[in-house]
Amino acid sequence: MPDLKGYGWLLLDGMVMTLGVATASMIGALAVGLAAAVGKIFAPRAGRALIEAYTTVARGVPELVLLLLIYYGLPTLAQDMLAGLGHDVSLRIDPFIAGIGTLSLIYAAFACEVYRAAYLAVPSDQGEAARALGLSAAQAFRCVILPQMMRYALPGLGNVWMVLLKATALISVIQLPELMRSADVAARSTRLPFTFFFMACLLYLALTLVSMWGQVRLERWALRGVPGSSL
Amino acid sequence: MSGFLAENLMRFLEGALMTVQLSALSCALGFMIAVPVALARLSSDRAQFSLATAYVFFFRGTPLLAQIFLIYYGSGQFRPELDALGLWAFFRDPWFCAVLALSLNNGAYTSEILRGSIAAVPIGEVEAARALGLKAWMRLWLVILPRAIRIGWSAYSNQVVYQIQATSLVSVITMMDITGVARSIGARDFTFYEAFGLAAVLYIVLIYCTILVSRRIERHLNAYLGASPAPSPPFGTDVVP
Repeated sequence: MPDLKGYGWLLLDGMVMTLGVATASMIGALAVGLAAAVGKIFAPRAGRALIEAYTTVARGVPELVLLLLIYYGLPTLAQDMLAGLGHDVSLRIDPFIAGIGTLSLIYAAFACEVYRAAYLAVPSDQGEAARALGLSAAQAFRCVILPQMMRYALPGLGNVWMVLLKATALISVIQLPELMRSADVAARSTRLPFTFFFMACLLYLALTLVSMWGQVRLERWALRGVPGSSL
Repeated sequence: MSGFLAENLMRFLEGALMTVQLSALSCALGFMIAVPVALARLSSDRAQFSLATAYVFFFRGTPLLAQIFLIYYGSGQFRPELDALGLWAFFRDPWFCAVLALSLNNGAYTSEILRGSIAAVPIGEVEAARALGLKAWMRLWLVILPRAIRIGWSAYSNQVVYQIQATSLVSVITMMDITGVARSIGARDFTFYEAFGLAAVLYIVLIYCTILVSRRIERHLNAYLGASPAPSPPFGTDVVP
């Protein structure tokens, strides 16, 4: 164990922040992604095109560019527009909010694709049977399709979580004190950059390992009672 | 907005050139790393397997930003040693560190795609090559790799798209790629949304060109199959490339 010169706690605080940002972004991505997927499946043509445009942009633009666009660009755009209306204000977005917003928006687009593939994997007669039993379309989706969909979506959503967890490192660029930023601060003040960035890497690996273990457990739980599943 | 374009477009295009260079170079070097790593991951030699697995696990399990910092800033901690070896001139250079980090990262992800594709090559084809008396390296070069590349192509083109996006991180170590140019112009003129908006558009254009070229290559690679295969979606659904 290398000598961390008393900065060990700073790294752990950073790791807690990383987990917090990642969890909040994941919840946002799951919710927005599901809404987008439902829209992509059921909405009229114009709505579908709009969602398609959103997922294309969110997956085509690098995370860092979108983060900087939201953190720096959005307030300046709003200021310019308000200045045009004769209001002189100075706006700022909190890095925590900007980070969660950006990551949710990007990974919702990926989650949307996962959900949609999962929806297509559920046999269509499940929905037809539910309708034949007198359930409304919304009820059929919520009570019959969605629970079965989740089973197919789980591995893909697990991947989204893994990538999202590592993407939180980018938020250090706008000075949110998460793991990467804490390592940077410690590296600068102790002049031991390799030690601290390597420690940060090890902590990320630990988070990845725990996530992998959790994913296996979760998938096994979701497949309980499915005949013929060996997982 | 048109004034902004006229004033800064040239610098953005220079940035785009840097982005293309970094992506192409790191993909090429990454592929060269990926071939031996994938073979080591498939080999029965325990030492080779463990070494390759550790490499892939480290580079896929940590953020690219951490890897870039580890190489660029971290090397400073070993300055006397690197000086003695005559390597300090390389590690002082952000361009070298960026290419090194991007290539090592790309190599880890590409090796996993390649490993899956090599494992998916029908065993009969390998046995046929063996029966024809081809030596091990000839089997690899003439039979296994060409087939594996066809199998893994669409996954690999996703990886290339991801790599173009990943190069945006080098702006953090002072490189002037598209993102670097946007950050410097945005901060200088306080034109953040114009600068990052243009950067976003340039990335989308680059990525769509890449996808179009990759589709062409895919059609060419699969020409021997006769009927044209079903087109793949613009981006794969898997997010872990």
